[in-house]
Amino acid sequence: MTTHERRSGEVILRLDNISLAFGGVKALTDISFDVREHEIRAIIGPNGAGKSSMLNVINGVYHPQHGTIAYRGEVRRSMNPHAAAASGIARTFQNIALFRGMSVLDNIMTGRNLKIKSNFVEQAIWIGRARREELENRRKVEEVIDFLEIQHIRKTPVGRLPYGLQKRVELARALAAEPSMLLLDEPMAGMNVEEKQDMCRFVLDVNEQYGTTMVLIEHDMGVVMDISDRVVVLDYGRKIGDGTPDEVRGNQKVIDAYLGVAH
Amino acid sequence: MDERQDTFPRLLLQHARVRPEHPATREKDLGIWQTWSWSQVADQVRALACGLAADGFRRGMHLAIIGDNRPRLYWSMLAAQALGGIAVPMYQDAPAADFVYVLNDAEIAYANVEDQEQVDKMLEAQPQVATLRHIYFDDPRGLRNYEHVSSFDDLQARGREFDLAHPGWYDAEIAKGETDDVSVMLYTSGTTGKPKGVCLTHGAFIAAGRGGCDFDRLTERDSILSYLPMAWVGDHLFSFGQWLVAGFTINCPESGDTVMTDLREIGPTYYFAPPRVFENLLTTVMIRMEDAGSIKRGLFRHFMAVARRCGAEILAGKPVAAGDRLQYWLGNLLVYGPLRNVLGMSRIRIAYTAGAAIGPDLFRFYRSIGINLKQLYGQTETCAYVCLQPDGEVKLDSVGKPAPEVDLKIGAGGEVLVRGPMLLREYYKRPDDTAESIDADGYFRTGDAGLLDDGGHLKIIDRAKDVGKLANGAMFAPNYIENKLKFFPHIKEAVAFGHDRDRVCAFINIDMGSVGNWAERRGLAYSGYTDLAQKAEVRALIRECVEQINAELAGEGELADSQVHRFLILHKELDPDDDELTRTRKVRRGFVAEKYGVLIDALYGGKQVEHIETLVRFEDGRTNMVAADLVIEDAQTFAATGRRAA
Repeated sequence: MTTHERRSGEVILRLDNISLAFGGVKALTDISFDVREHEIRAIIGPNGAGKSSMLNVINGVYHPQHGTIAYRGEVRRSMNPHAAAASGIARTFQNIALFRGMSVLDNIMTGRNLKIKSNFVEQAIWIGRARREELENRRKVEEVIDFLEIQHIRKTPVGRLPYGLQKRVELARALAAEPSMLLLDEPMAGMNVEEKQDMCRFVLDVNEQYGTTMVLIEHDMGVVMDISDRVVVLDYGRKIGDGTPDEVRGNQKVIDAYLGVAH
Repeated sequence: MDERQDTFPRLLLQHARVRPEHPATREKDLGIWQTWSWSQVADQVRALACGLAADGFRRGMHLAIIGDNRPRLYWSMLAAQALGGIAVPMYQDAPAADFVYVLNDAEIAYANVEDQEQVDKMLEAQPQVATLRHIYFDDPRGLRNYEHVSSFDDLQARGREFDLAHPGWYDAEIAKGETDDVSVMLYTSGTTGKPKGVCLTHGAFIAAGRGGCDFDRLTERDSILSYLPMAWVGDHLFSFGQWLVAGFTINCPESGDTVMTDLREIGPTYYFAPPRVFENLLTTVMIRMEDAGSIKRGLFRHFMAVARRCGAEILAGKPVAAGDRLQYWLGNLLVYGPLRNVLGMSRIRIAYTAGAAIGPDLFRFYRSIGINLKQLYGQTETCAYVCLQPDGEVKLDSVGKPAPEVDLKIGAGGEVLVRGPMLLREYYKRPDDTAESIDADGYFRTGDAGLLDDGGHLKIIDRAKDVGKLANGAMFAPNYIENKLKFFPHIKEAVAFGHDRDRVCAFINIDMGSVGNWAERRGLAYSGYTDLAQKAEVRALIRECVEQINAELAGEGELADSQVHRFLILHKELDPDDDELTRTRKVRRGFVAEKYGVLIDALYGGKQVEHIETLVRFEDGRTNMVAADLVIEDAQTFAATGRRAA
């Protein structure tokens, strides 16, 4: 019923021959792949394959020793987190990184941080631009709250929420930044079946409604195969597969990596 | 200008003329309450109606309405009626398979639904429903790429064009409406067999609405929260019938999960809820009270004792000692007022409950903190309008006096019979059922066994067909026993067996929230419902409850023989998705007895443990097996006291 033809467009992110090492430990070795506009791109692999490192390279937390990153035509050796955020890349974290004592609403508002132009003094006396901005930002945040169906916890401190909902709040904060690319680090880890289904639906809805490009890391093969357009498979820091879910499923190297191989 | 006020569309036009700027509908959207005045609502309905007309909707057709309480779904009902059509609201939480029967039975060609979830269900049902052609949705989220379905916005835009091209057409359609036209078809929940479409006319619902409004002096200044299923007759009476008669404001909550907050923000003056909702509210308060500091807890305990002593009497206007009055005044300042505020009930003039029996403690609690909670009695076939409790004559064990214009008598076998303008026209396409339910004198057979007390108040005992006999000939009223059990916060559901048997046994469902909290405070670890239900501590807790009602029953004459001898706690919650409950959450007794026959055999066969495996169906259609070894508990019974000489 739902259409899976998405409007995959031009390549907006290309990683070429990326290698990353921590001292003697090689986290990523000579990895190249690209991400097209509006697609859902999954990175999968066994534990320690380098998935999170890959994501950290994309948004500039790690700086690779070799290789180049081309984002929207601009080629660089590495990104940095501020520049990444300013250029429309938002992310969520494997271990939820929210302000536990703050309400859901306030947490999501922090996602609008980069959109606020008024200065500290203007905000303190709450006039003119500061007031307008706050109203405008609040409206955007309310749209996200509505979109992710978390109206009932708007005023609840995040620390009191169950894990599945916290994950949703984190997604909400990332969405509030109106990103053009969203990096999701294991959005469904530790969730039960129902929460996973909800999350899948939200990821697809976000992609459909806002055309947001998604790069997601996921453990659950079923989930990945259902919702992604293309999949990159990593194993011990190397790329062993790349293609549509069907292609990857048929790839012998991938099967070996996941199911083990007789030596 | 048409001055008749005998159909709902004419009432709408009347309000738009008399009070164009008065708020008619509110909805919380993006965190802010949006308001539509009567003239705006009239305009919206006009656009919806003309849009439907442009797409071929004509007199006598049925329009399915499916979704949570949304303004445009209420307006859709008016739009259908303006064209001489019939609104058919359906329970929004039913799976697609359940819709197939009702959609076919009502020959639905047009459906106005809320969102993607409902659209998906309609599309899933469509191959089996030959008539269903037009599907319209309110919330466009996730529906961007759907084909052959249309948004309300587009529908209304087409309607406005149609209206311009056909001046006067819409008004002429409204003028054609007759008060005896069927305005709405509500499906009965079907405790027995397939759901039946109850055809109710404009005249019937307007009579019921007007009777209620006069009885409780409701005016356009009142305000209610519309949060109960739109397919339920109670919501149709309060949020639609009385809304259009009195011209007050209906408020649609933001989502099903925010009702508590929305209630507080709106502060309705008039409120309607089944006992279950009042119970959940109270449980929430009690749980929060237990977490409060010791001073607050002490204050709460002291003043609740005062309220229990004299609150209900003060509300009923009875004489109360000056000391108690002073204490109550102080309590109102410190506890009851803030509590009413937390509950969102600060402005409530009148609150009603119906649909099931309400527990004595629960009922007294709300009345004692100054909320004018009353009971009413009615069914789908009578527009939920038969008996109402007048102010100052509120009794726990009665459902009130016959409402204005209602003619009530007790028939053979104690069955309650009613006659009046609010009766159904017929069951849709079921002349046999219609003939069976209305007798030669025009009385509707309610199927409830009841009696009138000295003050003319009606007391309902049980469903007439459920009242059975124990093997020794004593009366066995299962609902009566089950309700007593359900009044304990730890017990969510109970099913009693005993007809033609020598003693009574029961199935119990524990209340996950209440027992879960109880277990948590005791440091009792559990993994889920099935596990918690079989803990020895929990079984002992429930046994205490059962023994307590046995002690009560021992003092109730003939019912002394109905004491519960043995019981077990079911391994899963009874659920409408598994057909064990109706959509209005009433137990389908026959079905449950058949499905769990092995457990009944174990109860009566003297077994101590029985193994059971059950297939559980989730809302999205997936299934799962739940298996458990259920321990059967024996409960102490008591010698009958005060048995009346037969």
